[in-house]
Amino acid sequence: MSGKQQNAGKTAFTFLRNNTVPLMFILICAVCIPISGFSPSYLLNEIITRLGRNAFLILSLLIPIMAGMGLNFGMTLGAMAGELALIFVSDWQIWGIPGVVLAMIVSIPFSVLLGWVCGKILNMAKGREMITSYIISFFINGIYQLIVLYLMGSVIPIAHSSIKLPRGYGIRNTVSLLNMRQCIDNLLAVRIAGVKIPVLTLLIIALMCILIVWFRRTKLGQDMRAVGQDIQVARDAGINVERTRIISIIISTVLAGFGMILYLQNIGNLSTYSAHSQVGMFCIAALLVGGASVDHASIGNVFLGVILFHTMFIVAPQAGAVITGDSMIGEYFRVFVSYGVITLALIMYEMKKRRQKANIGEQLALAQKEEEQHE
Amino acid sequence: MKAKLASFVASFGLPRLIITGFLLALFILAPIVGVDLPMQITNVINRFSWNAILVLAMVPMVHSGCGLNFGLPLGIISGLLGATLSLEFGFTGPMSFVMAVVISTPFALVLGMGYGALLNRIKGGEMMIATYVGFSSVSFMCMMWLLLPYHKADMVWGLAGKGLRTTISLEGYYDKVLSNFLQINIGKISIPTGALLLFALLAVAMWAFLHTKTGTAMTAVGSNPTFAKAAGIKVDKIRMLSVVMSTWLAAIGILVYEQGFGFIQLYMAPFYMALPAVSAILIGGASVNKATIVNVILGTLLFQGIVTMTPTVMNSVIHTDMSEVIRVIASNGMILYALTRRSEVSR
Repeated sequence: MSGKQQNAGKTAFTFLRNNTVPLMFILICAVCIPISGFSPSYLLNEIITRLGRNAFLILSLLIPIMAGMGLNFGMTLGAMAGELALIFVSDWQIWGIPGVVLAMIVSIPFSVLLGWVCGKILNMAKGREMITSYIISFFINGIYQLIVLYLMGSVIPIAHSSIKLPRGYGIRNTVSLLNMRQCIDNLLAVRIAGVKIPVLTLLIIALMCILIVWFRRTKLGQDMRAVGQDIQVARDAGINVERTRIISIIISTVLAGFGMILYLQNIGNLSTYSAHSQVGMFCIAALLVGGASVDHASIGNVFLGVILFHTMFIVAPQAGAVITGDSMIGEYFRVFVSYGVITLALIMYEMKKRRQKANIGEQLALAQKEEEQHE
Repeated sequence: MKAKLASFVASFGLPRLIITGFLLALFILAPIVGVDLPMQITNVINRFSWNAILVLAMVPMVHSGCGLNFGLPLGIISGLLGATLSLEFGFTGPMSFVMAVVISTPFALVLGMGYGALLNRIKGGEMMIATYVGFSSVSFMCMMWLLLPYHKADMVWGLAGKGLRTTISLEGYYDKVLSNFLQINIGKISIPTGALLLFALLAVAMWAFLHTKTGTAMTAVGSNPTFAKAAGIKVDKIRMLSVVMSTWLAAIGILVYEQGFGFIQLYMAPFYMALPAVSAILIGGASVNKATIVNVILGTLLFQGIVTMTPTVMNSVIHTDMSEVIRVIASNGMILYALTRRSEVSR
């Protein structure tokens, strides 16, 4: 009986340890929601809007995690590809749903190219993929700026002066996407008790989830899981590790490009030089808040994460303003929490890795001892 | 001849060669397009004197195998605490600089020890976690700058009477105290002797330290931790020492930067300060697990040279300022290059 209790205690402890971050967030939200004084329908509306806006982007992170490449900070590359496509499509004046679909199609070659470059570089930096993908996002951002700020309009033809800087080349700081704003969200949208539900967007996200589940079962998906578990074993089993890793990054980048286009059609304008800069950080933070870790993430984590993270994001400034009388405190608080969550998750992952290593060592020693006793 | 050239390129590194060549081209172009060269040289030397100590802060952690210190903002925050407290306590003139150094030291030691203890528990994942430790601490301090009870009239927001401003002028405090100390003027070129002397002092101290018993142990830990452990070196302790040193140097580094720049920058300003320092030392020839004082000096000169020269020269040549983009591509490209060297994968 006592053994059972002990066991239950141990399970509870492991549960707590594995879910520290989501539980912490539930607590923060539980405290902040009443203080902020937002009405439930407002909150629900905001959360569903943000779910539609962000879920697809976050889904793009799942596949590299499966392939053991950690959190893909290089998803920013996909976001940039999506933005490039949107700039072209708005220059061609193709609006509404055709515009969104065309942008997605145009983004694919950019995403594939960038993803391939990123995957190649990450293969040269095995063991430190995350910091490398993080620096890649900065590096490609420089190249993106070079293209958009200097080459567009001077080398790459841009016809409409409305999106060009007054000097004749380079793209303006904001490109209006007013003519495709929420075109996907509004089609088939349903209003229930004042809460707008963007059914089509949610359907697209659901379809993506199904695709990911299906993908995991394919040969390629299985290969990726094998590579994620142990590169050496996978290689011995005849899997082309390098190629598999590159493909996983390419898929992630393409999905991030689609996600960014969905995100921007909801927002309705494109901040040419800054829209992508924070996207990686927020998506990764949201995924981790949902209980994912560096080596394991599920679709459930994505949705729990979006809901918890964005609830915090909505209520924190208001709650901070009520508590301290200064609205900036809440703004800084949510930024701090986003970074703090990522830091915590990274630390827990590295410590878990060390613990497992130590465990394996102990087990080996134990097995050796037993063997000696048998002799 | 060709083989010799190839081996030179391989050892020096192609990106480094491109960056050096680019800077040389800028210097050659400068007089042709009518840029005031002595003025530019003064600028480069000045910016070197502001930034060199921040770059020097990279050295100890690279030596002990903790990798590039992307967590530099943590040390910078200690420096900022020292600077603001020194002003708050009413120190002025050169004394305010001395007190800023004195006050920031305990902060740097405590934060550095905590940071070191953390890095000891996550060996192998240092660089990524360091980056995020830096980010979290900067965003945490953003709240603190607003909440801490500072009252000095020229530091806080005028209307509210509380909460520090985003930039605080150092006029009347330690603005240029080091730069003006023993300043030498040759023609149009002026040399900030004091700041250079302080850097020289710290650099020599670092060089000497690396040749002491503890310093050699630090290098041993970095190059082969298992061997070092077998030789009876307390690996964790040495790593901790290197992190504390790096954090303290970052604190001093930001104070020297401020005295040259003339302002204290708070809130999000320290956020990306690690990246220029990291890429500077890499441009100077360092790698993820090898760095010398020469790398620091060369790297800071090259990096700051590009930062100062590109805007003016580019502007005169093509009448647009592409310097920001070039800086982003060059510095991050350099970091990428260093991270992907296969021979240096430490795990």
